[in-house]
Amino acid sequence: MTLLDFARGPAMQIAIIIFVLGIFWRLVGVWALRQKKDLSEPRQKGAWIGGIKGLFVHAWPYKPFVPKVGTQYIVGYIIHLGLFIVLIFGTPHMLFFADIVGFTWWTLPGGVITAVSVITLVALFVALAKRLVNPVQRLISNFDDYAAWFLTTAPFVTGLMTKMNLWPHYETGLAIHILSVWLLLIYFPFGKLMHSFWFVVSRYTTGSRFARRGGMS
Amino acid sequence: MKEHDLTLGEELRRQGISRRSFLKFCAGVASSMAIPAAMVPAMADSLAQARRQSVIWMAYQECTGCIESLTRSFAPTVENLIFNFVSLDFQHALQAASGDRAVEALKTAMKENWGKYLVLVDGSIPLKDDGIYSVSHGQTHLESVRELAEGAAAIVSIGTCASFGGVGAARPNPTGAVGIDQIITDKPILNVPGCPPMPEVMTGVLTSFLAFGALPEVDSLKRPRAFFADTIHDRCYRRAFYDRGLFADSFDDEGARKGYCLYRLGCKGPVTHNACATLKFNGGVSWPIQSGHGCLGCSEPNFWDKESFYKPLSAGQWGSAEGIAMAAAAGVALGAASAVMSRRNQDKISGGK
Repeated sequence: MTLLDFARGPAMQIAIIIFVLGIFWRLVGVWALRQKKDLSEPRQKGAWIGGIKGLFVHAWPYKPFVPKVGTQYIVGYIIHLGLFIVLIFGTPHMLFFADIVGFTWWTLPGGVITAVSVITLVALFVALAKRLVNPVQRLISNFDDYAAWFLTTAPFVTGLMTKMNLWPHYETGLAIHILSVWLLLIYFPFGKLMHSFWFVVSRYTTGSRFARRGGMS
Repeated sequence: MKEHDLTLGEELRRQGISRRSFLKFCAGVASSMAIPAAMVPAMADSLAQARRQSVIWMAYQECTGCIESLTRSFAPTVENLIFNFVSLDFQHALQAASGDRAVEALKTAMKENWGKYLVLVDGSIPLKDDGIYSVSHGQTHLESVRELAEGAAAIVSIGTCASFGGVGAARPNPTGAVGIDQIITDKPILNVPGCPPMPEVMTGVLTSFLAFGALPEVDSLKRPRAFFADTIHDRCYRRAFYDRGLFADSFDDEGARKGYCLYRLGCKGPVTHNACATLKFNGGVSWPIQSGHGCLGCSEPNFWDKESFYKPLSAGQWGSAEGIAMAAAAGVALGAASAVMSRRNQDKISGGK
């Protein structure tokens, strides 16, 4: 069995099993916790509307904070949008998902995917630099932050190297790229990358609680 | 003068081939094998001095496709002359003799050229039950290849079966078939995989052996680097369509008619090392991708067993859905258990209030 066969077969199966197990563990583990009782009278009806609003209101910082954290948001959006575009509209990636869902969709030319990957990679390094340079951010960063950064960056680096054929041996490079994605998937449920699932829940919860107390109107 | 005593230069002159044509041939071979142009005169001189090389071609567990490809590939050329120049002392499919006389010719060739003959092999060798599943003239092919290898200067495994086991070794591999280099480990071995292999690769390898007295530089799978360094994808004329994101979605859609990339239809070009894209088959007429079918990856080990030929390369090999369902169930159970423990802990801290 070559490294590529391992990456496309057993490694993928193991990674997906760990990913699915971890995701369900985390989701059920948190949702089955005892809910905090709010004994106060609701100040207004339809707290859920506030919850929905919260999803959008918190997608951009409160105006007075924009000069301070605006760049951080922009960099974050570039990273997330880049990740989304490359993952969904890169032809080899689409074919991976098409094999699961049973239908194909339109993809972007390789050159565009390469350009988006480079922009995303630059944004990832800007985010890391900001984390290292800013004393407060550096202080509150732990292993999880750096692991999440590394595991998100690695598939971009290896993917670009594969696309540009920069490896001494193409198949080994492709295998390393695929394995780097499986590493990301394995780590995903157990660290801060889980925010992909939690951000909706936490924004909704915050929004609906604020609404109940009379905010988010 | 006997044919065996003639040098290649003398043989060429006898057949009316000019030195200019011979140099053109040498330049062609040198270029296909990435030998520097400055080496061409030296290569030509060395080749012209070469004596008739004894070649023993053994066909083991095979389909004869390799020899069909090599002998029917194109009209007679100087390359064919090289084949004429070697002394093909034994070849099951091509020789006139049969039975005891054929074996006698083989033994004589081995004896007369002990330590110097070149063994070409097509077909895999079964190992199971002492190799009894593939036998010629009362001798298993396992015994035969060991006996031949002893007096060989080098061995060239022709085709994917001889190189890696090929279709004979495909799951469930009932005969325990393997490639030659898994049996013979103490001789120079060169693999020329492909189903079938490319005739020009054979010409190049033979020419190189005659000119330099050694097999050419090989990669990690013992394939000549000169022909197997690049992937099909690297040299494919449809590569521009891949880069532009233009693909055929079925074999008869508009994309297919426009000659778009066949990646979505399962082409294995990106992970297949061979020279088909540049040399093509039938004297440069066409090759599988030009004919509208994706590369099967036939020059790579275990290509038969790598799932469907029509599944895109980036699609994973899923295994069973049960494993994922069990993982989800185990995740739910672990999550519930974690929540129960947390609730107990909350109760303990709050004293049940």
